[in-house]
Amino acid sequence: MNSLILKTAAKYIAPLLFLFAIYLLLTGHNQPGGGFSGGLVASASFILLAFAYGVERTQNWIGISPVYIIASGLLLACGSGLISILLGQPFMTGIWITFNSLSLGTPMLFDTGVFCVVLGTTLLIILELIKEV
Amino acid sequence: MKTLIIFPIIIPLFTASICLVSNKMPRLQWFFVWFGNITYFLVALIFLWTTYHGNIYSLQLGNWQAPFGITIVIDLFSSIMLVITSLLVFCSFLYTRSMTSREEFRLGYLSLTFFLMMGVSGAFTTGDLFNLYVWFEVMLMSSFVLMSFGGEQRQLEGSIKYVILNLMSSAIFLASTGILYGMVGTMNLADLSIKLSMIEQQYPKLIVSSLLLVAFGIKAGLFPLYFWLPASYHTPPPGISALFSGLLTKVGMYSIIRTFTLFYREIDTTLQNTLLIIASLTMLIGVLGAVSQNEIRRILSFHIISQIGYMLMGLALWTTSGIGGAIYFIIHNIIAKSNLFFISGIINEKTGSYYLKSQGNLYKELPILSACFLCSSLSLAGLPPLSGFVGKLALIIAGIHAGAYITVLISIMVSFLTLFSMTKIWIYTFWGTSNYKKEVSAEPEKSLFFAYSAVVILALLTLLLGVFGETFIVISEKSAQNLLQPLTYIEKVMEY
Repeated sequence: MNSLILKTAAKYIAPLLFLFAIYLLLTGHNQPGGGFSGGLVASASFILLAFAYGVERTQNWIGISPVYIIASGLLLACGSGLISILLGQPFMTGIWITFNSLSLGTPMLFDTGVFCVVLGTTLLIILELIKEV
Repeated sequence: MKTLIIFPIIIPLFTASICLVSNKMPRLQWFFVWFGNITYFLVALIFLWTTYHGNIYSLQLGNWQAPFGITIVIDLFSSIMLVITSLLVFCSFLYTRSMTSREEFRLGYLSLTFFLMMGVSGAFTTGDLFNLYVWFEVMLMSSFVLMSFGGEQRQLEGSIKYVILNLMSSAIFLASTGILYGMVGTMNLADLSIKLSMIEQQYPKLIVSSLLLVAFGIKAGLFPLYFWLPASYHTPPPGISALFSGLLTKVGMYSIIRTFTLFYREIDTTLQNTLLIIASLTMLIGVLGAVSQNEIRRILSFHIISQIGYMLMGLALWTTSGIGGAIYFIIHNIIAKSNLFFISGIINEKTGSYYLKSQGNLYKELPILSACFLCSSLSLAGLPPLSGFVGKLALIIAGIHAGAYITVLISIMVSFLTLFSMTKIWIYTFWGTSNYKKEVSAEPEKSLFFAYSAVVILALLTLLLGVFGETFIVISEKSAQNLLQPLTYIEKVMEY
C-alpha cells in the first residue's frame, strides 16, 4: 500500500498507540487494562506501520525477531515468580516495594512478561500474513 | 523441598524459552536440552524417593491458602509419572537427534516438546480441577503444532480430526467443572473430595463424574470415544507419535484415576459395572482393530486403545492390587509402546515404508533392532519375564479376587490377540525375503547411533521392569493405597 495520507498519519498515530499501550500495561493492576490488552494495542501500532511502510522496514524498526520478544516475555513472567522463591515464599507470591505512595511489585513484572508474549505472538502471526498478501 | 515442588513445571518452561532464543546456536541449545532434562529427572527422582517414604508435598501458589488458591501437590502417584515422563522425553530427544532434520529443529521442535512436557507435568502435579483443565490446554496447544509438524496433507488431515475431537473433550470438561463449581463452590480436588462426600443424593455426583469420564475418556481413548486416535497417531514423525502415545493418553488415564479416587470414597456397583464394561470393550475393540491392520503404526495405535482398557479395568476393580496393577501397567505401557513407535520409525528409515508387505528380512540386517523389537512387543503381549507379564498378572489376580471373571477372561483373550498381531509384524518385517528396494539417495545416510541408543535404553527398561517386577509392584501398590485412602492427601492440601 502506498498512500501519503496513511504514511503521514501512521507516523503520528503509531507512537501514540504505543504510548497508550504502555499506559494500559501500567494501569492494569488497579483499573481496566493489563498486559494482554496492552500487548495487543502495542502490536497494533507496529501493524499500522507495516501497512504504511511495508513489512521489511517495520521489521528493521523492531530490530529483533518477534520470537525473541516471546521468549524474553516468558522468561520475565517466569522469573517474576521465582523472586518470591529467593525470599523464601511460595512460587508466584507477590513481593512489593513501596516508595512513598508508589508501590512496585512482581505482579507488574509478570504483566510486562505477558505484554511481551502477546506483542511477540501477534507480530509473528500478522507480519507473516501481511507478507503473503 | 517446598521450593522443589514447582520445579517440574518451571524447568520445562525455562528450557523451552531458552530453546526459542538459541535457535541459531544448536550446540548451546542442545546443552540446555540435556541440562533441563537431567535436572528434571533428578528432581523427579528425589520426589519418588521421599514420597515413597510416606511424604506428600503441597505448595500453595502465590501464598493463597487452599481451597481458594491453586495448589500443587506431589504424592507417590504423581512422582512415579514424573519420573517416567522425564525418561521418555529424554529418549525421545536422543531419538529425534538423529532422526530429525536441521530444518525441523529450526522450526521449534525442541521448545514445543518442552512446552508439551510442561503441560504434562503440570497435569500430573496440580491439585485443582480447573488448573488441570488449563494444563490440558497447554498440552493440547503444543501437541496440535507437533502433530502437524512437517505440513504434509496426510498429517493435516490427521491433526484436524485430533483437534476437533480434543476441543470437544475440552468443552465437556469445562462444562463439568462449571457444574461442579455450581454444586459445591470449589475447584480444589481435596476440597471437592470433602464436599462431595457430604452430598446425600447420588445423581448430581453421578452426572458430573460421567461428564468427566467422557471428557477424559476422549483424551485417553476409551471405548466409544477412541476413533480419533487411530485416525491421527500414525501421521506425525515417529519420534512425535512415540511421545504422544506415551504421554497424552496416559494423562487422560491419570486424570480419571485421580478424580475418581478422590470423588468416590466407595465405588457404587452401577459405576463399577459401567467401568468394567467400558474397560472390556476398549480392550476387545482395540485389539480387533489392530489385528485387521497392515501398517505398523496403525497396528500400534490400535494397541494403545486396547492397553488403555487394562488400566481402566484396574481402576474399576477398586482394590489396592487392582489400582496398583493399573499404575504398574501405565509405567510398563509408556515404556514398551513408545519403544515400538521408535522402532517403527527406524524400520521406515531402512525400508522406506510402514507397510508390512513391503518389508522383510530385517532380522539379518539389524539384529540389535530385532532384539529390541522382540523385547518390547513380547512385553506388550505379556510374556514372562518382561514387564507386560507382571502387569497383566497383577491385574488378572486382582480381577479374580474382585470377582470380575468376564473381564478377566476377555483380558486373557486380548493378550493372545496382541501376541498374534505382534507375531504378524515379526513375520512380515523381520523374517521372510526382503520386499523392498533400497533407494540410493544422494544425501549421506543419517547416523542412527542416538536413535539406537534410545531404543536400547527403553528395551532394557522393559526388561528391568519385568525382572524386578516385585519391587515395582510394591511401589505401585503403595501409591494405590494412598489413592484409596485420600485422607492424608486431603490433610496435606488443606493444611489442617
